[in-house]
Amino acid sequence: MSRKAQSIFTLSNLIKLLVIIAIYLVIMAVMEGDFATRHFKSLLVPIGINIILAVSLNITTGFLGELSLGHAGFMAIGAYSGALFTIFAENHTGLPAPLAFLLGIIIGGIMAAVFGVVIGIPVLRLKGDYLAIVTLAFGEIVRAIINFLGVTGGAKGLNGIPRYTNYKWTYALVIITIILLSNFVKSRHGRVISSIRDNAIASESIGIKVSNYKIMAFVIAAFFAGVAGVLFGSNLSILKPGNFDYNKSIEILVIVVLGGMGSIKGSVIAAIVLTLLPEFLRGASNYRMLLYALALIIIMLFNSSEIRQRLEDSGKLPRLPKLKARVK
Amino acid sequence: MESIIEQFINGLRSGSIYALIALGYTMVYGIAKMINFAHGDIIMVGAYVLYVSITDFKMPVIAAVIFTIAICALLGIFIEKVAYKPLRKAPPLAVLITAIGVSYLLQSVAQLIFTANSITFKSIINLEAVHIGGITIPGITIVTLVVTSVCMIALTLFINKTKMGSAMRAVSEDKAAAQLMGINVNRTISVTFAIGSALAAVAGIMFICQFQSIKPTLGALPGIKAFVAAVLGGIGSVPGAMLGGVLLGVIESLSKAYLSTELSDAIVFGVLVIVLLVKPSGLLGKNRIEKV
Repeated sequence: MSRKAQSIFTLSNLIKLLVIIAIYLVIMAVMEGDFATRHFKSLLVPIGINIILAVSLNITTGFLGELSLGHAGFMAIGAYSGALFTIFAENHTGLPAPLAFLLGIIIGGIMAAVFGVVIGIPVLRLKGDYLAIVTLAFGEIVRAIINFLGVTGGAKGLNGIPRYTNYKWTYALVIITIILLSNFVKSRHGRVISSIRDNAIASESIGIKVSNYKIMAFVIAAFFAGVAGVLFGSNLSILKPGNFDYNKSIEILVIVVLGGMGSIKGSVIAAIVLTLLPEFLRGASNYRMLLYALALIIIMLFNSSEIRQRLEDSGKLPRLPKLKARVK
Repeated sequence: MESIIEQFINGLRSGSIYALIALGYTMVYGIAKMINFAHGDIIMVGAYVLYVSITDFKMPVIAAVIFTIAICALLGIFIEKVAYKPLRKAPPLAVLITAIGVSYLLQSVAQLIFTANSITFKSIINLEAVHIGGITIPGITIVTLVVTSVCMIALTLFINKTKMGSAMRAVSEDKAAAQLMGINVNRTISVTFAIGSALAAVAGIMFICQFQSIKPTLGALPGIKAFVAAVLGGIGSVPGAMLGGVLLGVIESLSKAYLSTELSDAIVFGVLVIVLLVKPSGLLGKNRIEKV
């Protein structure tokens, strides 16, 4: 079947559209109604932000197969440039709020993407753990520079960011991100990127320009991390360099790995679960981090244990997709 | 001129501490091919153990130091046995995430026992500063430099001259072949973790003598910097870790003094990026030939 013959109005796409609308209606009912506590309502935006971050990091880590520990750096660039633009737009131009926010989101994404190229260039030459450390270094450089610059408010933070983020914006951007990125990974370019993950030398031998595609993956991931950053800044109304340390990058990486490398669906589910988990553990407030850490270790050990293998063989446990980590 | 030399010596002091921590990263990486993210937190554990053994158990200083090193070495072995050993055949990312989990675990346990507030703790090293010409060298610097040099020389001798040292080199070269030659791989890995953690404990003791304040997250930043040092020198290479650590400390100290305190981290990490661009395997790292 030639690609032209495919219409986007297929049955499965229609069902997806209906599901998207249905989820939106449910979220709206929850947010506008009295079913949920204020605390729970305030979690919806962070969940959305984490979904965007995890799905975008999955492009570099899951699909390209390169371990990146600097995702928070891209998020920071997006957050600060989007915030600075929206502050400027509110005070000096008569732009209507939605337009100012939309422009801020685009600017934040583009700025992050530009830095995606900057970090993409060393990436061409490095592999595996070296790459991980360069991305980590990159994230820390971004943080140090933000701390140093006057325009970003330094360590005191950037105050007075207009609060445009709400659940509607977040939901719309989450859906756009998921649709664009899942179409991207199914596209020609996306398959090329997965082929680089599976075997870079073989890909190169059939004429794929590995370095260009690596940069492409970095730029795309960076763009959406920037978008998530703008949402984040406009949700909190105050930004501090400390929000974007390497712990944040690791938090996103944990979501990607637990959700499944190279699985967008998995990233979405893991983002929801892992954002809510610490909140559910709040009852045991002092032990929250301890339980979180233990859960992390136990899940990882169980994942590759013999017990799991035996349970799956005897049919007591459904065969879950194996953790496919092909990072070299 | 004198102040440049003083800054340089300061840099040597913090650099040699980084080097000690970096040795742990590099040895574990060389042998187990994993980034032990929890390594930085061993420094923190060392700091608290020293604090408890001196203020609560009223141990004499020497005994407290030995006790601290022993506890950290045992902790290193324990972590390896419980968390990393079951994952020998798992993908590297699973090991990395587990290590991150262990790091969180150590931090949160410390926070539960000692709360998140920092504790002040007076230095156990009381040595007069030495004046040479117009240069003043604080006593702590001299002790740090002597202790770290002794550790590094001892480690180099251990790796090159002893049977265990050759076993470690063999395992890092080829685990399966080493096993065929009758080397006990599990025991070798345990020894590596023990030595790495013991060095981290020494680094932790030096570190809190300098800053005189302990908190559960104190290991994070030196851990990351030492990791950078290990990569800078070429991860897996023991002399590389020493060189990388010292270099990093000197660059940091000089850029703090003459450029900007806030930007010093950016400069340190920037140097790493530039070095890796020129030499992707680090300063003393071996270039690996890629196999299809």
